[in-house]
Amino acid sequence: MDIKSMKYYLYWLYCQFELITCSYLMEPWEKLLFYSFNITMLVMVLYIAYIFVPVHITMAFQFFLHLFGNQHENTVSIVK
Amino acid sequence: MLVAVLTYVGYGVLTLFGYLRDFMRQWKIEKCQNATEREEQKDFVPLYQDFENFYNRNLYMRIRDSWNRPICSVPGAKVDMMERVSHDYNWTFTYTGRVIKDIINMGSYNYLGFAQKAGTCQEAAAKVLSQYGAGVCSTRQEMGNLDKHEELEKLVARFLGVESAMAYGMGFATNSMNIPALVGKGCLILSDELNHASLVLGARLSGATIRIFKHNNMQSLEKLLKDAIVHGQPRTRRPWKKILILVEGIYSMEGSIVRLPEVIALKKKYKSYLYLDEAHSIGALGPTGRGVVEYFGLSPEDVDVMMGTFTKSFGAAGGYIGGKKELIDYLRTYSHSAVYATSLSPPVVEQIITSMKCIMGEDGTNVGKARVQQLAENTRYFRRRLKEMGFIIYGNEDSPVVPLMLYMPAKIGAFGREMLKRNIGVVVVGFPATPIIESRARFCLSAAHTKEMLDTALKEINEVGDLLQLKYSRHRLVPLLDRPFDETTYEETED
Repeated sequence: MDIKSMKYYLYWLYCQFELITCSYLMEPWEKLLFYSFNITMLVMVLYIAYIFVPVHITMAFQFFLHLFGNQHENTVSIVK
Repeated sequence: MLVAVLTYVGYGVLTLFGYLRDFMRQWKIEKCQNATEREEQKDFVPLYQDFENFYNRNLYMRIRDSWNRPICSVPGAKVDMMERVSHDYNWTFTYTGRVIKDIINMGSYNYLGFAQKAGTCQEAAAKVLSQYGAGVCSTRQEMGNLDKHEELEKLVARFLGVESAMAYGMGFATNSMNIPALVGKGCLILSDELNHASLVLGARLSGATIRIFKHNNMQSLEKLLKDAIVHGQPRTRRPWKKILILVEGIYSMEGSIVRLPEVIALKKKYKSYLYLDEAHSIGALGPTGRGVVEYFGLSPEDVDVMMGTFTKSFGAAGGYIGGKKELIDYLRTYSHSAVYATSLSPPVVEQIITSMKCIMGEDGTNVGKARVQQLAENTRYFRRRLKEMGFIIYGNEDSPVVPLMLYMPAKIGAFGREMLKRNIGVVVVGFPATPIIESRARFCLSAAHTKEMLDTALKEINEVGDLLQLKYSRHRLVPLLDRPFDETTYEETED
């Protein structure tokens, strides 16, 4: 029962996306082009986030520690 | 704010794809199905490269099936429509042969419900058709002046409360052919921002100087009037020969009513003339249907030229101009439409005469008054319910023209198609008639709509509004909150 309304809700969200970006009006090959471009961009952004965000967070963490305390940690040499 | 950004996103995506398709058409990867120049003309000035043609090729073609739909019955409260499909994405249409019956008609300008195929108007028109025939075969000045026309003009003058009136065959031609007869070079025309194309065309044809004031904005109009009186004509500084203010009773794309008392006060203060185009408001406003002048309780003598059309509330075709006797006598000789255009056809004239008598109550029944009241009730009910549902509606509380904002380009096509699937016919409007980000769906209410029809329509609009997420309004409206009199402009939210 919940799965059905969940699926309907997801379908409705997909309709809204189609309407806002006007892919509702496009012919099938245009839709293919548009979606593949969007999905490629999204996958690339997620991949970059996956690789780089932990490194950036640890570096920021150390920067703030250095600002407030004054001790260097031993693990500072993660960055090559 | 979010809606505006998303609308631009939608238009941006469509523009990109438009450029892609144009590129493919140019390089012959795709077959070009629209008009292009011939090979020999390729070195001339390009004909199809401006924005309007780009828009036409790429955006309008995708949603074209919501317009030019062929109907095959009288456009009353319910209408029949021929079904058509397109196999190549709206470049060509084929008829399936099926007829969709009983579509609730929310798009015809049938304000008092006189578009009928049975009833007193139709019988009278049929009798006149058998007496006079259908064609007039002449212009008004030569042999086309029938006694029916004289009768009609006396009746129109009595209806409006003016001294004299004259009727023409076509409403658009009334405006565009008579404004050049009234003003010329050396005169000034002050016209509202959102005036109809016929008024704009007439103003341009006349050769007078045209200045535009902001829609329904009396400060802008007063500033222009002051400048005109103080500075006079641009180079020579002579005083203007005539100053004519062009306004409309109800603006058909906004649904707003003109602020007539203030315009008349300004006109009297600065000694200019007023031309009032009551195309949509005659028959639809006022306690007895005499138009916007009666709605505000003013005297028709204050308006110098009262123009209107018979197309909307009277169920016929044509236009009229009413005013003082000298003005109308002048127009009978000097107007282009009187000299060159064919006069009204006799059955049409009889339809106008019968429906006007019905509205005035002279045929002995109560039908006219009942229709005017039914229209006012329908208008208030419909507008209140739509606002409660949460849509953004433009226009004054009492105008039977109800624009519902859609904003995003894909929703224009989606709204038209979804409503047709649910058996309701609506008119959606997009770029050339409205600003590009403010596309809307326009409902025209009618006295022929019963409450059940309105309820069905409202239910379907509610469903479609939820499906397409059209309920943009952020106001929480308290029901039965009466808006004060002088708020005749729009803009429900600050977006």
